[in-house]
Amino acid sequence: MAQVTLTVNGKQHTVEVEGRTLLVELLREKLGLTGTHIGCDTSQCGACVVHIDGMSVKSCTQLALQADGANILTIEGLAEADGTLHPMQEMFREHHALQCGFCTPGMVMTAVDLVQSHPEGLSEKEIREGLEGNLCRCTGYHNIVKAIAAAHPLMHAQAAE
Amino acid sequence: MYDFAYQKPGSLADAVSVLSGDMEAKALAGGQTFIPVLKQRLNKPSTVVDLAGLGLSGITVSGDVITIGAMTRHADIASNADIKAKIPGLAHQASLIGDEAVRHRGTMGGSLANNDPAACYPSALLALGGTIKTDRRTIAADDFFQGMFTTALDQGEIITSIDLPIPEKSAYEKFRNPASRYAIVGVFVAKFASGVRLAITGASQGGVFRHTEMEKALSANFAPDAIAGIVTPADGLNGDIHASAEYRAHLIGVISKRAVAKAA
Repeated sequence: MAQVTLTVNGKQHTVEVEGRTLLVELLREKLGLTGTHIGCDTSQCGACVVHIDGMSVKSCTQLALQADGANILTIEGLAEADGTLHPMQEMFREHHALQCGFCTPGMVMTAVDLVQSHPEGLSEKEIREGLEGNLCRCTGYHNIVKAIAAAHPLMHAQAAE
Repeated sequence: MYDFAYQKPGSLADAVSVLSGDMEAKALAGGQTFIPVLKQRLNKPSTVVDLAGLGLSGITVSGDVITIGAMTRHADIASNADIKAKIPGLAHQASLIGDEAVRHRGTMGGSLANNDPAACYPSALLALGGTIKTDRRTIAADDFFQGMFTTALDQGEIITSIDLPIPEKSAYEKFRNPASRYAIVGVFVAKFASGVRLAITGASQGGVFRHTEMEKALSANFAPDAIAGIVTPADGLNGDIHASAEYRAHLIGVISKRAVAKAA
């Protein structure tokens, strides 16, 4: 066993893990943050996407020990402390961008990074291409794309304040 | 996944020492291929040596050469202004690897060291006539790739950077597997004052290769029509549930013409 120290949603943790422990296993099993889902476990579906130092990453394809010293943001860390939803979450709700909801945490985390890294704007095509690493088995992509397009001006207006 | 010890050395010498002293130790770069391989228990390393602490990432331009650190991520190559301006085929190629989350982690050095026969970068390295620098020597692209998943690297040898000569023109075209996003056929073409080099990935059982007949025709006339009549034999090409060898042979002609049209 080895120790890994990392910051998750603003709170520092030091956790004992094995060499083979995946970051998603650390989040779900050691920290109880089960909002991050394991879908395919083969790096394809994106249900496990979290942000590591601000970038979307598949947490099933990353060792927990690689995240030593890193700043992790999961779906649980998006909303404000008083429960006010992040604009992306609010727009997913508004546009009914989910059916079963299993892919939603990964979709939202990917979408937040996509919008943050494209302040200049995003076309529908760019949104769809940006989601290529996230699979929705309900095939609910259409409303997901609408939600992301709607969240873009809200997030950048908020960032400009 | 079988368990293993994990080490993250702070110096290249330490990393080489761990990897050279233990035949069962394996290097970890971005892990976007290696971690899935470990999950499938296709590999059982004693120790995984994380190369992320060696300071091997970064992109620099010096004269006619772009140098890319081995641990540079695909996303950084795809978005780098110098690469976009000077080797647009490479920036485009990097933008087509996996998906955005994978591109945030995967590295050029890791991909080259693995030499997957359907990986993208080997075609760029070979078409550009690049060189690979390791902890101990420099290896020309033409000598580096030695067949499927096989390279000139010795046990414990670590790629530190990749030098790529800047061509006059470059382009990459990829016919990709829609599920895995790997190349069924990928073609990188690079035009230099000295001639044209064209490398094909995804198609051959032997991994990436140069299409010398197309190179000769394109060096005389850099236009899609120059290679329109060239037929690539299906012998030695991959055939699988996604594409037969004959189909890949046909795709080589089509995708090569598209790559030339894009570069010209």
